Amino acid sequence: MSKTNQHDIELNLMDEVFAQYGEEKGALIPVLQKAQALYGYLPPEVLQHISRRMKIPVSKVYGVATFYAQFYLERRGRHVLRLCDGTACHVKGTPILLTALEDHYHLQPGETTEDNELTVEIVYCLGSCALAPVAVFDGTVMGRMKQKTLLNTIKKRTDLK
Amino acid sequence: MQQALVHDLAERRTLAQTRWQAKTQADVYITVGMGTCGIAAGANDALKGIQRELEARGIRAEISEVGCVGMCSYEPMVEIQARGRERINYGNVTTRQVKEIFRHYFDGGALRKAVIVGQVMPTTTESHSHVLHSLSFRSIDAGEQIPFQSKQLRIVLSNCGLIDPESIDDYLAVDGYSALEKALLEMTPEEVIEEVLNSGLRGRGGGGFPTGLKWRFARATPSWPKYVICNADEGDPGAFMDRSVLEGDPHSVIEGMIIAGYAIGAEYGYIYARAEYPLAIRRLQIAIEQARELGLLGKDIMGSGFNFELQIKEGAGAFVCGEETALMNSIMGERGQPWPRPPYPAVSGVWNKPSNVNNVKSYAYTPRILRLGADWFKSLGTENSPGTAVFALTGQTQRTGLIEVPMGITLREIIFDVGGGVPNGKQFKAVQTGGPLGGCLPDAYLDTPVDFDSLRAAGAVMGSGGMIVADESTCMVEFAKYFMRFVVDESCGKCPPCRIGSTRMLEILERITAGEGTMSDLDEIKRLARGMQLGSLCALGQLAPSPVLSVIRHFEDEFVAHIENKECPAHVCQNLITYRVIPDLCTGCMVCARNCAVQAISGEKLQVHEIDPEICVRCGLCYAVCNFDAIEIISPR
Amino acid sequence: MPIHLTINGKHVTAPEGATILEAARANGIDIPTLCHHPDLSNIGACRMCVVSVEKARGVQTACTTPAAEGMVVNTMSPEAIETRKFVLEMLLTDHPNDCMTCEVNGDCELQDLVYDYNVKWPEHNGKRHQYEIDPDPNPFIFIDRNKCILCARCIRACDEIQNRSVWNFANRGFETKLVAGADQLLLDAYCESCGQCVAYCPVGALFDKMSLGKGRIMQVKKVRTTCSYCGVGCNFDLNIRNGQIVRVTSAPDAPVNGMALCVKGRYGYDYVHHPDRLTRPMVRAKWLDADTVAEQVKSGQWALFTEAQQRRASLSYRRTSGNGKSPAQDSQSEITPDTFVKTDWDTALDVVARKFTQVKKDHGGDAFALLASAKCTNEENFIFNKFTRQMLATHSIDHCARL
Repeated sequence: MSKTNQHDIELNLMDEVFAQYGEEKGALIPVLQKAQALYGYLPPEVLQHISRRMKIPVSKVYGVATFYAQFYLERRGRHVLRLCDGTACHVKGTPILLTALEDHYHLQPGETTEDNELTVEIVYCLGSCALAPVAVFDGTVMGRMKQKTLLNTIKKRTDLK
Repeated sequence: MQQALVHDLAERRTLAQTRWQAKTQADVYITVGMGTCGIAAGANDALKGIQRELEARGIRAEISEVGCVGMCSYEPMVEIQARGRERINYGNVTTRQVKEIFRHYFDGGALRKAVIVGQVMPTTTESHSHVLHSLSFRSIDAGEQIPFQSKQLRIVLSNCGLIDPESIDDYLAVDGYSALEKALLEMTPEEVIEEVLNSGLRGRGGGGFPTGLKWRFARATPSWPKYVICNADEGDPGAFMDRSVLEGDPHSVIEGMIIAGYAIGAEYGYIYARAEYPLAIRRLQIAIEQARELGLLGKDIMGSGFNFELQIKEGAGAFVCGEETALMNSIMGERGQPWPRPPYPAVSGVWNKPSNVNNVKSYAYTPRILRLGADWFKSLGTENSPGTAVFALTGQTQRTGLIEVPMGITLREIIFDVGGGVPNGKQFKAVQTGGPLGGCLPDAYLDTPVDFDSLRAAGAVMGSGGMIVADESTCMVEFAKYFMRFVVDESCGKCPPCRIGSTRMLEILERITAGEGTMSDLDEIKRLARGMQLGSLCALGQLAPSPVLSVIRHFEDEFVAHIENKECPAHVCQNLITYRVIPDLCTGCMVCARNCAVQAISGEKLQVHEIDPEICVRCGLCYAVCNFDAIEIISPR
Repeated sequence: MPIHLTINGKHVTAPEGATILEAARANGIDIPTLCHHPDLSNIGACRMCVVSVEKARGVQTACTTPAAEGMVVNTMSPEAIETRKFVLEMLLTDHPNDCMTCEVNGDCELQDLVYDYNVKWPEHNGKRHQYEIDPDPNPFIFIDRNKCILCARCIRACDEIQNRSVWNFANRGFETKLVAGADQLLLDAYCESCGQCVAYCPVGALFDKMSLGKGRIMQVKKVRTTCSYCGVGCNFDLNIRNGQIVRVTSAPDAPVNGMALCVKGRYGYDYVHHPDRLTRPMVRAKWLDADTVAEQVKSGQWALFTEAQQRRASLSYRRTSGNGKSPAQDSQSEITPDTFVKTDWDTALDVVARKFTQVKKDHGGDAFALLASAKCTNEENFIFNKFTRQMLATHSIDHCARL
């Protein structure tokens, strides 16, 4: 019924979230977090929906959604590779991993391959510095990452060659 | 009714202690370190392996999942104790090593990949007839404390690795919540503040402001309601002290916050935690529910008439939210931008009401101070910085991990005695404290005592506890650039000095590391730094130039090398290095050529290869894959 | 209880709760500002108003720091001046250098401060934002984000005065950008085009689109007037160049509305110079003396407004081009009793007075019913009321806003 928007987004998935946070003051950030968990990102329709339901101007919803690094306003790849560029990881070789990705897949941090297969992101410190450099592939933390292992993992777990 | 409630808790504590005894003195008692580091290293699989092995051997054992003991380089870590025998801590125990350590412990077999970290000795500290339980590690043969532990004094980390963070009974068994009981039933709020003030506890978030004074200000504001806020937005790269406390001992933070609430007259608390810490958040949530169940949170706690509730607020990825006013804006669902003080949070904070913001560790210290006394705490550390300091020691040291040391210890002791110095025969170059808002110090400063004032005087800061050691392979200019890029990414954008100043400074640093800098750039950096320090709205912008300035101050020669000689002495900056095949060592195996993404390497099989610097993109893959160390990095000029 | 403090060696008093900035300005001491506006909340973002306060660390923003008893403030300390110069220089490193052709040249707070503090436009190879100029089809509001200094005055004006919250910042750090709604077009973001944001913009980032290229502050004469659209009585300044209204600007000292205006008051002025606007009274020929009409038309004092002209006038509202008929053809037309004659005010009002008197005499005052207009001022409506009840002797008066 509510799938009348451009991206075919099921807006009533959000009803439960609004029920949970109801009239709680300052709940915009947790609501955005739940929305992202539901849709994988924050499509414009969802931002407008949140604005209407929570009676918060959409400019504010958008301002908050774009301020915090955690929120994505664009669809992301089927697989997400996050590379830690915290100090320890940086010192222990994350820049070399990034160069490898750039060379092999023309991917810069924050970008998604054209076939929507892989998104690469930079994070600052996952707190596992002793395992530096750390990569997180689809939520699995992998420590002491080397170029070869990284490229092999991508080959093994995605459709990328 | 009141007696009954207190009585209930006493009864529960007795029960908890009985269970604790039974558990720790079972036929076989096994603990598995289940911090984020441990899990990332494979602790979950190790745990499954242990259960299988126990079954196979027909051993009945008590298994406890505990927090992190801080020795991250040994993760996953497992302790085994059979009744009447020594308690051994094994490191590097992935699933495959489980059998190995069982054979070692029970059958006297040899270890291959797993290592013995040490013999674990339960220790206690006593003061005013109260006891602080903790663990220490001794080497098996000599019986002395193992080097990593030798200088350590575990107060705020005392429970980490000792108790199961998901069990309130474990916490009760080691006298948890007895400080709250004392505060609520035996002390007035003023007395609590007085005790914290007398202990000399200074805020562990980095600022070092006396915690008791902060509480006094918040109490003095006549407005209501008031809020207690725990700053668990640990954003410094390389720092994970707060995470370990939250993961390993969440109840101590909760107890500290309830005590703070009682002291300042607040009935509501927020814990603002980084969303990047899902395990910490989950354990906090469990702990809050357990405390609520026992009536330690909620209405009329222990019949004292005092009410307190607690809520977790997850951050959403913004370093600036570690700044207290930005943090409060974020709690209120706003963009995490700071506001100029005044108004101070103690007067007008979250929802324009008096708010008290403290770091995780500051709250975790308070129950211990109330239990063992202000004079006990004051007797530790230095006169102006009493107590201990918790550091996440990372970077280029033999041993890395989380350490708790008495204030006043020198940097040298931490890096060389606790950390074991720089590995692989390399030279120590610098130690960085305080993360992107701190500074780095060269070897001449290694005997600086670690406390709030000495570090500040030396040009570094205590910060919230990140300590990164750099060796000779680190380019200090690149190091400075890295921190500036971090600031550019994390600047909130509200005030021009930080928003634009940091961008301009990064541009200069990028120019220099690309070999396009001029000597006047150094003056320009200092000028920009001065403007940012003077004009920025919050500590992020004011302190952001610190790392760069400290590098200029202590490692100016590296800047000069990049600018005048177009050379990166540490062979890090890509534009200033080139890769070359060492003909004498090259066997012509073709591995490098096959791996090169841009076909910059030529040469037939079994013949010496050559790298074309024009094609080479300096990715370093050849250097990494060469089995004969036949590729070297040189400066082209 | 008033607060006593010292600013630049001068002992001054300020009411309790006043900021240093308010205390200073009330006593004739200026402190430069960019993000501050007396109508809006203070955010302390731009760092221009920093001052040195004895015993306080660093510099403080005068717009957010409350004046306190015994405070010693120096608004021109070396640190304060250094900070201001640095802020201005930083702003200029990400600002175009086109004051020569900028609409707000001479009326720009940034330009004035850059002049006051003698800051030069910095040449550098670093990043400057390159936003599209005038990206929004809104007919009234012109946007040039390259000139935006992120002071958030438009955001606060829209939020705090207009209560629309159309504007906000997106992103953070150097990439912070002013956006409408969720980075939408203004109209999609429920903008009602009141132009408050433009009025509060201290630079040329937001401007009135209808006034682009029509004249800058030094080229126009400002004439204070009262808005004719409704009875609120908003005041504003008509900006006149060569006898033409080229822009409406808010008058901060307007007693009723201050800076606030609605879309009609601010942008609904183009009717004034419309060729079809009626500027003279017209009376049907049958109410006038035929000989006088002939005489006056002949001498050119009066003119005929024929049906053909009427038709064309109404058409020209819908079509810009004429219907091909030349006006000369109409001048010959016959005068019928219903033909409108463009007369003078005295003649027209005489006709009205005569007719009113006749009606009142024949049928009494209650034969009249009068409707006042919401577009009239309160004063005009007051006179209208008096005229109705005292002159016409009826209570049948109402107001079109009730219809």
